[in-house]
Amino acid sequence: MIILDDIFFELSVRNVRLHFLRSLLAAIGIVIGVVAITSIGILGANMTQSVTADLSANGNVIMLSPQGGGFFSDDDDYISQKQLAKIEKTVGTENLVIAIYSDSDKITVGSEEGRASIYALDMDVLKNLVEVETGDYPTSLTSVVVGPSLAERYKLKVGSRIKIGDKDKEDPKQTTVRVSGILKERGMSMDLSSDNAIITMEKWFTNRYGDEGKYDQVNIVVADINAIDDLVDKLDHALNYRKDEVRIMDSGSLIESISATIGIIIAFMSAIGAISLLVAAVSIFNVMLMSVTERIKEIGILRSIGTRRSEIRRMFLYESAILGIIGSTLGAVFSLIGSFLLTYLMLNTTEYFFTMQSLIQIPYGILIGIVICVISGVYPAWKASNMDPIEALRAD
Amino acid sequence: MTEEPVIKLENVTKIYVLPTDQVTALNNVSLEIYKGEFVAIMGQSGSGKSTLLNQIGCLDVPTSGKLYIDGNDVSLLNDDQLTDLRRDKIGYIFQQFNLIPLLNLRENVEYPLILKTKKRDTTGYPEKLLEMVGLGTSRIMHKPKEISGGQQQRVAIARALVNDPTIILCDEPTGNLDSKTSIQVMEMLKDLNNQGRTIVMVTHDEETAAYAKRQILFSDGEIIEERFNDNS
Repeated sequence: MIILDDIFFELSVRNVRLHFLRSLLAAIGIVIGVVAITSIGILGANMTQSVTADLSANGNVIMLSPQGGGFFSDDDDYISQKQLAKIEKTVGTENLVIAIYSDSDKITVGSEEGRASIYALDMDVLKNLVEVETGDYPTSLTSVVVGPSLAERYKLKVGSRIKIGDKDKEDPKQTTVRVSGILKERGMSMDLSSDNAIITMEKWFTNRYGDEGKYDQVNIVVADINAIDDLVDKLDHALNYRKDEVRIMDSGSLIESISATIGIIIAFMSAIGAISLLVAAVSIFNVMLMSVTERIKEIGILRSIGTRRSEIRRMFLYESAILGIIGSTLGAVFSLIGSFLLTYLMLNTTEYFFTMQSLIQIPYGILIGIVICVISGVYPAWKASNMDPIEALRAD
Repeated sequence: MTEEPVIKLENVTKIYVLPTDQVTALNNVSLEIYKGEFVAIMGQSGSGKSTLLNQIGCLDVPTSGKLYIDGNDVSLLNDDQLTDLRRDKIGYIFQQFNLIPLLNLRENVEYPLILKTKKRDTTGYPEKLLEMVGLGTSRIMHKPKEISGGQQQRVAIARALVNDPTIILCDEPTGNLDSKTSIQVMEMLKDLNNQGRTIVMVTHDEETAAYAKRQILFSDGEIIEERFNDNS
């Protein structure tokens, strides 16, 4: 080890040790800075990965919604039977077309009241999409299936009764449905978010809410993921040829835009973290200047007995690098612990914590911390090396 | 003498430019010092003797005139070359000893050797020099501030010798020592001179100067008197 055997490195180490408290205090700035940027970086990597993983499972979905409506569709916007026919014709039979009626309504289970999303779709399509965990698919107009999260919240079992609607309202008035089955958990999904919903037969839905043949959303599960772009173009051509009628989104581009948004948020947070690194750099700079000022006489001695300028420079750069290494290493340890907790608290999972993208932030953080320290030491080192040895020898 | 002088000054002038004034510290000084000489440079403070020592010690370069150290024209050297010249040709002994506080005694002596060879000493030469100046192995791991002034000056002498310099430069070597240790240090320098070392010493103390074979008296940047002392 050439550096460790270097007398100038030895001198730097001894000087840091001699002013241990001061050096430690200066290094704390770097610790905080490294913790800030590394933790945010790790959190960001975990967020991106977990969101991407959730969404990628649904990367093969094209979502069509009425132009101007979308997720918060108002009643005037819908996808008509005619448009649906066009869609089905365009995508062919190998791709699953899910035409969904959706609404949300007040529900009452026993004495508990709340609201829930109510979807209706063709039962054959539903069978293709999601299995029932217990019970069976609805066979009569008044039977429904419910998502597992909703079932858990309202303690629903097969055979439970749900009152849908407001009991004081006349049109549509409150009706009771029976749970015939509880669906399997699907997590975040693009084609049908069934975990928190009540899914009814189309007939029941249109009887209650009207608007038969006016779908709120049509999703297409594409069999071949590589055909998505092509299909989107074809759909766009078929539906929006004359006028933009239907908004077409594919889950891939949605993933990209969500990832990009997370990226911006993380970059912004990192910039705030970087401010703490800047403060740390100032404190390192200050300590290094102090170190140079205290050692003017010593610099004079070293120079007079034959130490080159570059060697003096090296000695002070080593010193700031040592502060950087101590600070950054401590920072790395703390950010490993801190970001693990942070990730767990914010994402409820540390599934992606021990991945390359996540943990690579730690060496990055260490590197940035050390580089900042060394840069902070450049001017003091330059100042030390450029002293006139005669003047320096005269100092006390 | 046909031999080349180890130090040769030709019409050396050193002018310090101050914001409001110019000070001529050395005025057209010519001087030759040969191998094996023991020269004392004497004078009042402000006479230019320290400036002369700084020139000879290659810590500073003349404003005009030529200075040759062991045949090297210092005006032709850059900072690194001057630094290497100090390291290889000159051994310094200062009034305030000027040991490096972060290094122990052995390392202080070893330091110029490391600068020259770029590696740690494994030959035990620093220890040998310390023993020669009267500091046994028991104290060599101490830091400079843990020993007395006289002992520090012995370490400084050992350090000055480690690179086998052509010239030993002493700046008031006994200025911070009591009379007893002063004598010891001067006897040591005298021994070194007797072994053939060239010594140039700046002092204003007559007793110290008496050890030198040649005394040069400075005033207002000029040599005003030169004496040869054959009794020493």
